[in-house]
Amino acid sequence: MGDHHHGPAKGLTRWLFTTNHKDIGTMYLWFSFAMFILGGSFAMIIRAELFQPGLQLVEPAFFNQMTTLHGLIMVFGAIMPSFVGLANWMIPMMIGAPDMALPRMNNWSFWILPPAFLMLASTLFMEGGAPAFGWTFYAPLSTTYAPPSVTFFIFAIHVLGVSSIMGSINIIATVMNMRAPGMTYMKMPLFVWTWLITAFLLVAVMPVLAGAVTMMLMDIHFGTSFFSAAGGGDPVLFQHVFWFFGHPEVYIIILPAFGVVSQIIPTFSRKPLFGYASMVYATAAIAFLSFVVWAHHMYTVGMPVAGELFFMYATMLIAVPTGVKVFNWVTTMWRGALSFETPMMFSLGFLILFTIGGFTGLMLSIAPADFQYHDTYFVVAHFHYVMVAGAVFSMTGAVYYWLPKWCGRMYNESMGQVHFWVSFIGFNITFFPQHFVGLAGMPRRIPDYALQFADFNMMSSIGAFIYGASQILFLYNVIATIVAGEKVSDEKTWDGAEGLEWTLPTPAPYHTFEVPPMIEAEPAH
Amino acid sequence: MSLKKFMLAAVSLVALALPLLAGAATNQLNMSAGPTDIGAEIYGLHMLILIICVVIGVAVFGVMLYSIIYHRKSRGYKPSTFHESTKVEIAWTIVPFFILIAMAVPATSTLLEVYNNDEAEIDILVTGYQWKWKYEYLDENRENISYFSSLATPQSEINNTQQKNPNYLLEVDEPLVIPVDTKVRFLVTANDVIHSWWVPELAVKRDAIPGFINEAWTKVNKEGLYRGQCTELCGSYHGFMPIVVHVVSRDEYDAWGAAKRADADAQAAMSTQELGLNELMAKGESVYNGQCLACHGANGEGGVGNAIAGSAVALGDVSRHLDVGIRGVAGTAMQAFGGQLSDVDMAAVLTYQRNAFGNNTGDIIQPADVVKHKQG
Amino acid sequence: MMRINANPTMDTAIKLLAVAVAMFAFVFVVMVPLYNVLCDVLGINGKTDGTAYTAVSTVVDESRTITVQFIAQNNDEMPWRFKPQVTMMKVHPGAANDTTFFAANPTSDDMVAQAIPSISPARAAEYFHKTECFCFNQQPLDGNADTAMPLQFIIDQDLPKDIQTITLSYTLFDVTEMVRDAVASR
Repeated sequence: MGDHHHGPAKGLTRWLFTTNHKDIGTMYLWFSFAMFILGGSFAMIIRAELFQPGLQLVEPAFFNQMTTLHGLIMVFGAIMPSFVGLANWMIPMMIGAPDMALPRMNNWSFWILPPAFLMLASTLFMEGGAPAFGWTFYAPLSTTYAPPSVTFFIFAIHVLGVSSIMGSINIIATVMNMRAPGMTYMKMPLFVWTWLITAFLLVAVMPVLAGAVTMMLMDIHFGTSFFSAAGGGDPVLFQHVFWFFGHPEVYIIILPAFGVVSQIIPTFSRKPLFGYASMVYATAAIAFLSFVVWAHHMYTVGMPVAGELFFMYATMLIAVPTGVKVFNWVTTMWRGALSFETPMMFSLGFLILFTIGGFTGLMLSIAPADFQYHDTYFVVAHFHYVMVAGAVFSMTGAVYYWLPKWCGRMYNESMGQVHFWVSFIGFNITFFPQHFVGLAGMPRRIPDYALQFADFNMMSSIGAFIYGASQILFLYNVIATIVAGEKVSDEKTWDGAEGLEWTLPTPAPYHTFEVPPMIEAEPAH
Repeated sequence: MSLKKFMLAAVSLVALALPLLAGAATNQLNMSAGPTDIGAEIYGLHMLILIICVVIGVAVFGVMLYSIIYHRKSRGYKPSTFHESTKVEIAWTIVPFFILIAMAVPATSTLLEVYNNDEAEIDILVTGYQWKWKYEYLDENRENISYFSSLATPQSEINNTQQKNPNYLLEVDEPLVIPVDTKVRFLVTANDVIHSWWVPELAVKRDAIPGFINEAWTKVNKEGLYRGQCTELCGSYHGFMPIVVHVVSRDEYDAWGAAKRADADAQAAMSTQELGLNELMAKGESVYNGQCLACHGANGEGGVGNAIAGSAVALGDVSRHLDVGIRGVAGTAMQAFGGQLSDVDMAAVLTYQRNAFGNNTGDIIQPADVVKHKQG
Repeated sequence: MMRINANPTMDTAIKLLAVAVAMFAFVFVVMVPLYNVLCDVLGINGKTDGTAYTAVSTVVDESRTITVQFIAQNNDEMPWRFKPQVTMMKVHPGAANDTTFFAANPTSDDMVAQAIPSISPARAAEYFHKTECFCFNQQPLDGNADTAMPLQFIIDQDLPKDIQTITLSYTLFDVTEMVRDAVASR
């Protein structure tokens, strides 16, 4: 692994060739923020078109390209890489390791991402336009009826899949082999636990996604008929394969968010996490169940009734471990000494809004009721409560929480509070009314809608612009902190914080834990 | 201090929302129970689960709020150190499990009712096309009640050049007609990509999958017009293929069926007749507005599709024009309309295209020409 | 798995890589065949057995009459005329029935079609036995030619009691190019 006793290289080559987990983590975080802004700007176009009934700004075909790219970029470009970035930064520091286990592979798994997304974004300028078949790309709309750019889309999915698999292998290898002496599995911080389980999910299901797009590629170019009834295939098979990947994917996105919140809430409650062991078991249970619930996305395709019942019951069961987690977080706060700095505010926002998203998820699991909810704005509202208020809020909280440790400077607290409140209010104005229009009968993925949905859509669009604008404040606050924030040097930025990362100097030096730390006998979580 | 902010935010959120809620009675907030028994049952199930969730939510958020208010560092509250309790943890694993069983029981019985296979009086084949629906009545004699139902909202309303009418985007040229108090079975399939046939008030949603048929049923208790939309992304005009179901009395239904059959006979008879230019032009204009206008423009100026005005196809060889109309143009959005339009309508619309928008070939295409061209 | 490398990190990485590769293969060698088996067993999408039924039935259940509806339709831009001889039959479970579908190719080109069957309700699919069907094979037809295609079937006596109507739909796909490509690549 070479000589560790030097600082970072100078200039561009530092970033191109770096094998340092902190550098790579930083690049992941900035890349994912760039993708968040890009995917967000597509969302702004969508909401602007939906501001009023009628077609104002874009053609329906382009609208579909926007919804497709918004979904793909947010899921694969923004949320997933942001948590990989966080894992890179924090996991070695949390388990007392000097770096990731496979630092060169770490470099590759980051650097193949930007070209993949560049290719995906460039489909916008290709003949026939970008993919317009939704982020779920159901065949045959994505095969026989797809624009020519679908081949580039498939290649991009393959590349980012490879990146995710490499990243996950690295995380698992790090956690399994690089823990400091005495850091047993049941002493690991919950963020490390949730990421370990997430990484196993990724290794298991990203190849399934690769399989699905490979079958598409073969159907389009090599005359096979996996998804075409004409040659003995079946378009519904695509949905089964996709959701066999897609449902675990949902937990891949949310589990690290659970981990982050489980670090932040105890810190600002000044009280240890309640039910650490049950948190670990609940996470594992959720991951396990995620493999047997995929067809709840397909209640309307005409499954046998026995299948519907199986998937309904299995899906409802997920409410049990998820409930355990929520109860544990609330109990952690109970009789703590709470304070409400920005990271805590985002965690509380997460807790409230994710719980609402969980409730609508439970409603959606009820097969007969889902016949009315399926593919409406009710679903859009549900998964944005989980994806945005869940994953993105938690990620935002994580940045505020660890930013002082990363750069040795404190962010502007009042600006952070403003960011939280504007985000929280903007988010709810955007997505709460979508429950109503969904229940009233508005299908998703339409560029224009009936007049009865007009008021709530306008409200939704206004909320989206507010939420979008608040992210600029976030960007400003982060940059201002890095450039000119008030310097901090306490090892513990937060008086209630526990864990190995808070035993390190602030800012964290380029190389940390070259000598493994001594782990105290008491649990460190 | 944060609490004050929180309350302020909550109040301002409500204040923002109120005028919107109060301002328009059309802003439906909830699912509708609709005029069917199964719809009412699903609605009841939806409300049951919603209420259970709200009760649990209030309890959880209540505890949280209590902590936020009373267990604050700023009030000098000293933290406890407890961090586990096996009893409590087991309790809140088991209790939700029983709540789930209480939800699963009614859910199961409702689902079995949705899948009920009792004999239906009327069977209708519903086929999704990019971007319209086809309805075919499978009665014993199957006398040709088969027609397309497409968006009737004029392009000018979509493009905001004309006032939108109240049923904007939810009106079709020919609705599906079914009798009241009668069990109707829908066989749902698709011609090209996957669509999904949904009428919210009837609580019927089924995916339409090319090559395969799916089944759903309804029995409507109340006459009226019920509107729905395609709910599976099916391409550019996914948002523009509504569904209208007209539920009428048994007598009206029978009369409608008789009229449809008579109309089909008349069409068949017409296809062997020679028609005059004026008749073809009048018919052609209405077909054009229903089928072609969305892509080719109100004045044949083009859009998604090529311009018709001054086009080489419309001004050139008749047989090439017939070919494009009947078989479409492979690899483009121009579909094959041969199977979708009657021979008379096809003849009329092609004649119209050759003699409107400044095109003046004077050509007349007769239904017989269409029949002949179809046979190659 | 055998210990491949003395370095535990590489060992973990290689095992995980093997898992990833296995999951990729799993899609093709397990999921796809398994789905097809499940379709046959459960009648997903109303799919029926792709081969002829050979068991000969002995008992005809005259006490039950099942209505069988036939639907013939074309996929996408398939130009053939395709229709059933009768739109509906009343049959007894256990009895052998036959009927015919007509197809005509109105174009001047030689074409090949494949008919895809689908049965509704899907639960009935496993009780609907075809002893002969034009859907078992691709159907070539010269330009401007037409053909009569036979279908023979038996409805199983064990058909669930609540099913009184079975709909058999055939969707005709144009596979001319698919066949041509397959021949060309040989």
